[in-house]
Amino acid sequence: MAKIHVTMKVNGAEVEGLVEPRTLLVHFIRENLQLTGTHIGCETTHCGACTVDIDGMSVKSCTMFAIQANGSDITTIEGMANADGTLSHLQEGFRQMHGLQCGYCTPGMIVRAHRLLQENPAPTEDEIRAGIAGNICRCTGYQNIVKAIQYAAAKAKGVEFKEAAE
Amino acid sequence: MIPGPFGYHRPASVGDAIKLLASLGEEARPLAGGHSLIPMMKLRLATPGHLVDLHGIAGLKGIHRDGNRIAIGAMTTQHELLASDEIRSSLPILQEAAALIADPQVRYRGTIGGNVANGDPGNDMPALMLTLGAAYRLEGPSGAREVMASDFYQGAYFTALEPGEILTSVTIPLPAAGHGYAYEKLKRKVGDYATAAAAVVLTMAGGKVASCAIGLTNLHETPLLAVDAANAVIGTSLDAASLKKAAAAAEAIMSPAADARGPVEYRKHVGGIMVTRALQRAAHRAK
Repeated sequence: MAKIHVTMKVNGAEVEGLVEPRTLLVHFIRENLQLTGTHIGCETTHCGACTVDIDGMSVKSCTMFAIQANGSDITTIEGMANADGTLSHLQEGFRQMHGLQCGYCTPGMIVRAHRLLQENPAPTEDEIRAGIAGNICRCTGYQNIVKAIQYAAAKAKGVEFKEAAE
Repeated sequence: MIPGPFGYHRPASVGDAIKLLASLGEEARPLAGGHSLIPMMKLRLATPGHLVDLHGIAGLKGIHRDGNRIAIGAMTTQHELLASDEIRSSLPILQEAAALIADPQVRYRGTIGGNVANGDPGNDMPALMLTLGAAYRLEGPSGAREVMASDFYQGAYFTALEPGEILTSVTIPLPAAGHGYAYEKLKRKVGDYATAAAAVVLTMAGGKVASCAIGLTNLHETPLLAVDAANAVIGTSLDAASLKKAAAAAEAIMSPAADARGPVEYRKHVGGIMVTRALQRAAHRAK
């Protein structure tokens, strides 16, 4: 099958590549762009490890073809830090609240939580849990991930998050 | 897991999509949100030779009120349904059901058109469409036609869609003002299809049920309208005996598959419970 030229913006940079129609977006990101922070977990649209932000939507990049992302604006985990390289509130929250153990789900968790907080800057605990329902973590039991997101929401408001990690 | 090779087409109009499907023939499949088809392609359980991606057709998106009907473009996503003020005020049952479909990421991509057109008995929207008396607009090489949701489903993955036809919109008559509604879905985990689910839309007058429709999800190879169950509660105050009759009438038409969600007896039993709970919650909401 002939390869097709695609262009898109990824983490603020214009990128291009040649893809077969069947190339999944996650493979394009990891193999063509060498951005391996986006993980492949289940490959069956369940786990959320491959979540990236596309035109303001959290999308499982294993369930979209790269060719479908032609012309779109994508942010991956590599684009989540502040412009000066310091950690974003969410990244800091995951660090301070021990929101990860093995870390495999973390890129997807952070990218998803980023969109959740864009849409709902002050979510309740239930809204956080519903908001990350498409991301599976097998280590933490979610408790500290929820706290990491609460930490980021508080920090964005300029409020100190007083709870400790479990 | 990489799908088999295929040719990719992204038409800008429904007319072009229909022409492409006609010229490419049986090897071509329309691609909506892709969250049923792409996983099947990755497992090589589906190997279409061509995909006609409907994302480039602006006219297939959007929610419009047309008199006392709401028209929803087929490519409108579950996320857009959940964000719509029009749906929140006119058809809140769609939001209650959409929030129970898969997970947030899937809802950004999954479309109402794909959900109702695929013919998967596990999909949630078809039973709602039966309950609400919706009609589907189908467009194909020989023109456009409207088919009632109640006439659309013929078997698991078999529908009234003819080769080359695309479902382009769903039209739903507005339920009566003050109606009560509920969608009760039992599932094992987030993202699972229903073990059993029931949709209810009813109106109450003087403490009694004045009108009622009940739809069932994943309890048969097609979605079901439980007419006898609805008739069993009309004119009643939803007392325990009437609820029991309704659940029994609904269970009588269920024929779920025995699968990892449970044996047939269990799924029918919880199906009856979903009907009971949906009736009670809908009545509680009715004004």
